[in-house]
Amino acid sequence: MSNAVAHADAHGHAVHHPELQHHFETMQQQKEASTFGMWLFLLTEVLFFGGIFFAYLLYRMWYFDAFAEASRDLDLVLGGFNTVVLIGSSLTMAFAVRAAQTGSSSGTVRWLILTMFLGAVFLGVKVIEYSHKFEVGHVPGPNFHSTSQWAAQEQIFYSLYFTMTGLHAVHMIVGIVILAVITRMAAQGRFNESYHTPVEMTGLYWHFVDLVWIYLFPLLYLVERHN
Amino acid sequence: MSSKGVPLFPEAASSFATNVDNLYLFIIAVSVFFGVAVIIAMVAFGIIFKQKKPGEVGERIEGNLALELLWSIIPTIISMVMFGWGAQAFFEMRVPPAETMTVYAVGKQWMWKFQHPEGAREINELHVPLGKAVKVLITSEDVLHSLYFPSFRTKMDAIPGRYSQLWFEATKTGTYHIFCTEYCGTNHSGMIGSVVVMEPQEYQAWLAGGSVGGTLAERGEKLFSELACSTCHMDSGQGRGPSLANIVGATAELADGTTVVRDENYLRESIINSQAKIVKGYQPLMPAFQGLINEENLVALVEYVKTKSPAARPTPAPAAAPAASTATTDGMQTPSATGGKN
Amino acid sequence: MLDTLKLPDHHYLNDGHGLKSWLLTKDHKRIAMMYLISITVMFALGGFFAAGVRLELMTPQGDLFLADTYNKFFTMHGVVMVFFFLIPSTPAVLGNFLIPPMVGAKDLAFPRINLLSLYIFWLGAAFFFYALFSGGVDTGWTFYTPFSSFSSNTNVVPTALGVFISGFSSILTGLNFIVTIHRMRAPGLSWFKLPLFVWAHYATSLIQVLGTPVVAITIIMVFVERAFGFGIFDPVRGGDPVLFQHLFWFYSHPAVYIMIVPALGVMSELISTFTRKTIFGYSFVAFSSLAIAVFGFIVWAHHMFVAGISPYSALVFSFLSFSVAIPSAVKVFNWTATLWKGSISFEPPMLYAYGFMGLFLVGGLTGLFLATLGTDIHLHDTYFVVAHFHYIMVGGAIMGYIGGIHFWWPKMTGRMYSEFGARMSAILVFVGFNLTFFPQFILGYMGMPRRYHAYPDEFQVLNIMSSAGAGVLGIGYILPVIYLTYSLTRGKAAGPNPWGASGLEWQTQSPPVTANFTEPPVVPAEPYEYTPHVAREANLV
Repeated sequence: MSNAVAHADAHGHAVHHPELQHHFETMQQQKEASTFGMWLFLLTEVLFFGGIFFAYLLYRMWYFDAFAEASRDLDLVLGGFNTVVLIGSSLTMAFAVRAAQTGSSSGTVRWLILTMFLGAVFLGVKVIEYSHKFEVGHVPGPNFHSTSQWAAQEQIFYSLYFTMTGLHAVHMIVGIVILAVITRMAAQGRFNESYHTPVEMTGLYWHFVDLVWIYLFPLLYLVERHN
Repeated sequence: MSSKGVPLFPEAASSFATNVDNLYLFIIAVSVFFGVAVIIAMVAFGIIFKQKKPGEVGERIEGNLALELLWSIIPTIISMVMFGWGAQAFFEMRVPPAETMTVYAVGKQWMWKFQHPEGAREINELHVPLGKAVKVLITSEDVLHSLYFPSFRTKMDAIPGRYSQLWFEATKTGTYHIFCTEYCGTNHSGMIGSVVVMEPQEYQAWLAGGSVGGTLAERGEKLFSELACSTCHMDSGQGRGPSLANIVGATAELADGTTVVRDENYLRESIINSQAKIVKGYQPLMPAFQGLINEENLVALVEYVKTKSPAARPTPAPAAAPAASTATTDGMQTPSATGGKN
Repeated sequence: MLDTLKLPDHHYLNDGHGLKSWLLTKDHKRIAMMYLISITVMFALGGFFAAGVRLELMTPQGDLFLADTYNKFFTMHGVVMVFFFLIPSTPAVLGNFLIPPMVGAKDLAFPRINLLSLYIFWLGAAFFFYALFSGGVDTGWTFYTPFSSFSSNTNVVPTALGVFISGFSSILTGLNFIVTIHRMRAPGLSWFKLPLFVWAHYATSLIQVLGTPVVAITIIMVFVERAFGFGIFDPVRGGDPVLFQHLFWFYSHPAVYIMIVPALGVMSELISTFTRKTIFGYSFVAFSSLAIAVFGFIVWAHHMFVAGISPYSALVFSFLSFSVAIPSAVKVFNWTATLWKGSISFEPPMLYAYGFMGLFLVGGLTGLFLATLGTDIHLHDTYFVVAHFHYIMVGGAIMGYIGGIHFWWPKMTGRMYSEFGARMSAILVFVGFNLTFFPQFILGYMGMPRRYHAYPDEFQVLNIMSSAGAGVLGIGYILPVIYLTYSLTRGKAAGPNPWGASGLEWQTQSPPVTANFTEPPVVPAEPYEYTPHVAREANLV
């Protein structure tokens, strides 16, 4: 994040930009505030997920065998497919930001719609995975079913699995809603070379959500796949 | 217990109570000194430097590095004395002496159940001998509780799924409070009782009158054969399970190559969740007894296994129950407690 | 002359009328006023529960309420006071109102997010009210598992969601403050010219942004256990209830500093203004706020010395806990030194400041007993702890907050309140508070555990003293509601700077216009500049 001095007004805007809010002096100050705020928000997200990652690591250390065994029941193909989809959506998001920076409204709209589509594919695959867990009784709670000697500790794994991927999915849904709003703004021609901060901020958020999955995938699906 | 006027201290009835009281008085003395000094300064400055006429302003004094250092360093030094003394008192409380007698405590909404090795069992009352170190192994059947002896100045949480421990040596005969200090639901404030400190002879007499059904170890031995533990764990070492003779307090090598000190928490885990730590050279054949045995019977089994290690000293390590840092927790015996409620 | 002062014609309060102009406002000052009303309602509710607790404890037998009712009372007292009053109090009301003018800005960096955080707060409170009216909750404000997950049969889920949601209000407020302080300062207003109030809020915001998400995820984990029967902390399935405590206190200890550090910032402003001189050791006071915020994150396990943690980790956490005592002590010493050669007057806010210093001192010093391992084992979860944190939370945080309200009320409303009423209130609060909570230190050392519905007879005398004190304290808190409300219509006009204070916020009219300043504020060469000229002007008008 840029730590440049807030008031450095390199461009010396004399004309009042239509998107400049009344309490900012310059567009640059406004943009720096937004960017700084977004990074701070992502920092809180890191700590939010950090709490449950900590719980995961502790239990994985304690009950490695149970975690390894439960992990083998996850569908590696679907999980891998989703990982590719999500990385692809990060790419399309990056193209959307680039299109917004170069002032191409139609390009922005197109890339944003593609990003939303990939996000929806990810969620659809997740629904398939979840419903399979319900069918075979891998949802922790009174109806949990496992023949493993580690049945009790496997429940901890699946509790963490559902909570972590569930929270990630909620972040995806929120992301898609924000993308929809941004797409509409782009379609109205609100963004141009001098103003495209909302697209950039949405991009930051979307990349962060992808990044969380990049950690979740190996932690949940690949506990002991090497043998 | 003294109840004249408003008492300021509970009875000091354990070997470390006086040390704790002295530490308390020391911190009070330090606090009063600094507190009074600051308050006197505040009031005095308020009077001396009261505004004389409207419009008067204070002298601009930006600070003084020497003073800042002085009032950072002096409190640091004094607080280090508190820390050191506090740590000394703490380790005195946490590390039991080599020779102790063990009592088992099980917390349950809303009562304390105590079991003596000699077989006596009591609820909300604990009899202990004067002048003898008593170690209490604590666990819970349901939620968190905390076993608190104000007159002994010590307490320890009862945590479901593991043993924690405290110890004390009573120095005064009498009857003192036992409180539960971890909020545990409706009758939390009713989860109280008394500890009765008796002369050793009286204690022996009380024990003799109280042990119906044999000693704790005898009950454990009965369970040991009833649950068919004895078919595999043969003292000869020829069974499918390891011999249990002389294992308590000793180190064992596990199947995965790590080693573990076999204390009460290890014994507990090995019964409840038998697959957790398999001794090297043995197959994971033993069934897990989780849900099949309650905490009180578990305690009897643990006590029985301990009698098979006559040479073992009670673990002198500061083992206030291995905490989150080691892998010891495991299930309790009431599977009905699972399942969500609103 | 006083009578000639009039309220300005245009200010933020009359810039738009009707409910909609308030509910859709982006003005930080209007949002602050709505927070003020909201948390005053919550304070009254929390006070009501406290009154119930103190009434029950007048007799040793649990004879006024059923045990379950009593347990709900102290739980809801804690939940309301901590999450819906103390955490938002000084930041959301005074911080919200004052940080933009103090840094010379027209508003916070994100006005819409500021409004959003108010709505999130209301939504969280709505969940809590749902829990309250459908039977209440009895887990204690700490939600310890496995009791909260599997044993309690009260409304844990809606309460937990209420706390979870209101946490985001706190996060967004903190985020807004940090960005504002970094990016919105007036030209020439460097970091070391900022009022210490702003420094304190900067430190607080860091804790809000870094700590609150951790308690949010912890609450989610309890929520999935309770709502879906998952097992994360469940000992039956191998889970660790102590892990919950680690995660909970990782936030909830720093949360104590979310409550107290803003009040420390208020104190610096009050003491400087009413001694008419700069704060002694400005940079030490500023950095001690940051030090408290940072050290606050590494002392959490001192809440767990008897929770079966390893004695060696207890040793480390005891040592670190002393480290957080030092910056607090430094602040008190610097304030006291500020009084030296001051020109001290005792207007009502200064009475609160004096009261604060006395009570915060006791609260801080009694913390030493709890950081010290040897004494904490005995005192943990007794009334000593209850007394200690009330000295910090009520004697410190609330005294600071109400002192701040008295100080900035003329700025916020443009009017003065009854000085006599304010003096009475300050004195009643001080006396009532000590009578309520000092006996609890003795009760604690005697061994009386907290959260007890009934207790042994020998504790009764001290409990009656405590309950009597609570009555006096209650009157002390009701008085300001009366005379401040009265002042809204009948109070004398205050003028821009009734106290002769030095901050930028006093350069504008009272109440300020929506954009805060009609002409750009003049940034002083030094923080807390007092010249006889300014002071005389303020005293004469």
